[in-house]
Amino acid sequence: MRQILTVANKEFHDGLRNRWLVSITLIFALLSIGLTYFGAAASGAVGVTSLSTTVASLASLAVFLIPLIALLLSYDSFVGEQESGTLLLLLTYPLSKSQLLLGKFIGQGSIIALATLIGFGSSAVLLYFQLEDTQIFTSFSVFILSAVLLGLSFTAISYLISLSVSEKSKAAGFALITWFLFALAFDLALLALLVGVEQGISQNGLTQLMMLNPADIFRLVNLSGLDSSDVNGALAVAINASLSQAQLFTALFAWVALPLTLAIFIFKRKKL
Amino acid sequence: MTTPLVSLTDAGKSYQQLDALKSVTMNLNQGEVMGLFGHNGAGKTTMMKLILGVISPSRGKVEVMGMAPDSKEAWHCRSKVGYLPENVSFYEQLTGLEVLTYFAKLKGFSKKQAVDLLEQVGITHAMKRQVKTYSKGMRQRLGLAQAFIGEPKLLLLDEPTVGLDPIATRDFYKTVDQLKSNGSSVILCSHVLPGVEQHIDRAMILSTGQLLAMGTLKELRQQAALPVAIKPSGLNGSVASDSRLNSFLTKNCPDTLMVPEHEKLSVLKQLLSHDGLEDLQVETANLEQVYQHFLGLHEKKAVTSAHGEQN
Repeated sequence: MRQILTVANKEFHDGLRNRWLVSITLIFALLSIGLTYFGAAASGAVGVTSLSTTVASLASLAVFLIPLIALLLSYDSFVGEQESGTLLLLLTYPLSKSQLLLGKFIGQGSIIALATLIGFGSSAVLLYFQLEDTQIFTSFSVFILSAVLLGLSFTAISYLISLSVSEKSKAAGFALITWFLFALAFDLALLALLVGVEQGISQNGLTQLMMLNPADIFRLVNLSGLDSSDVNGALAVAINASLSQAQLFTALFAWVALPLTLAIFIFKRKKL
Repeated sequence: MTTPLVSLTDAGKSYQQLDALKSVTMNLNQGEVMGLFGHNGAGKTTMMKLILGVISPSRGKVEVMGMAPDSKEAWHCRSKVGYLPENVSFYEQLTGLEVLTYFAKLKGFSKKQAVDLLEQVGITHAMKRQVKTYSKGMRQRLGLAQAFIGEPKLLLLDEPTVGLDPIATRDFYKTVDQLKSNGSSVILCSHVLPGVEQHIDRAMILSTGQLLAMGTLKELRQQAALPVAIKPSGLNGSVASDSRLNSFLTKNCPDTLMVPEHEKLSVLKQLLSHDGLEDLQVETANLEQVYQHFLGLHEKKAVTSAHGEQN
């Protein structure tokens, strides 16, 4: 355990030193405060709009940003250390591969979690001062918790990439493709499936397909509680066949645990 | 007799088609310094990785401190092993002290030890600076400090003197001698040969995964049977006219007598009896020549066996 914490501590401080924490927090805070205030600008008004509109816009923003940031933060975690030779050195230490991986995960995960909490939390506080509605904190805790899980999930996925390739530049390329597939292509494919295939898939089938993408689970968690007028696309269909929040959170959690376990497995088999 | 600290029994490692290390048998005793020599790709690093337990042998047996280094039981032994990899660039954005503190903590030591080690390798003045500002020599010193964490019982150093200036090299060998006298064993991997001779007890010569020769320098010299170079001056051609001395002259160096080890003394006596002798230089074959000899022998063998296959 001490070993895991030593690694986590180092990774966390790396995140502080590289200004990752500050910049992610700032991005999240600025965007969320901006959306909170100017979300209604299109309809001609400036000021705080309804809670559901705000959360809907925040979720559709976060679903692109968080995976991208998580992948950027962690894609070189292993391949970078392999290139500089420190990975080999670390493995001669009394430190097991799973300890190293979990340590990195805790360190980098904390960066993402903290940035999400502060960045989006700030707009929750802002909203509360404007609307004075305690409902805000319930909605936002669901949003922030699912955003953290989404971030952790993509951190684990980027470890998979980082452990499977032998060059940093390749890892960067794969990270970009992964982001594109999960954040954009997957939904387009679903939509195409809905529209293109006659005798199309059932609502249940669609929801089940969405479980294959952590980004979509995140969307479902945050949008299912809202008016469907704020939601469109494939999601609106899926929401009607909604799963319970607990089921969705379990699925999201599985998207953290499974890639992480697989990453440990790959790491153990990796030749150095 | 005590059990050796490191012992390899017919140990080898193959990657798919490639035999990175054919079967090697060796023992390293406590307080012994072993020099491991060979070209790039000779299997030096593979052998080190086997001893470190980072990879498992494809065949044979590796034991360090009485245990297989890749096993779980050997876990606690790892903090007693120090390793300096050949190519390592430490976390550039961290300071030297931060890097060393991280590694010290992973071995269960504190920041204080890290500071002491930085002083020992002489980069205290730069410990608060980021590693990316370090010169090659300073990075190498940082790497050495890392290997010295916790006064290891076994040290594996891959090209430790690359990039070090002569003073730093001298300091480094001083540290090795000191560790040795404290009972640590050292495996020194190098292709830079001059200067290393007086600090090693035994040498191993590897080429393309094969052990070519192993033993003390004296033994290796005997095996190689390389001649001693004797260079007299002031004799003005009387060497060339002497029928016995004459036979030791070679075309390449007309003033130098290449004398086999067992005839050295009689030749020296004969030379000393000459009145005109002004000076005399005697050079026994150095490690580099021994190394070249074994490599040359190996290559010749490889060529003849390749011919044999063709025919």
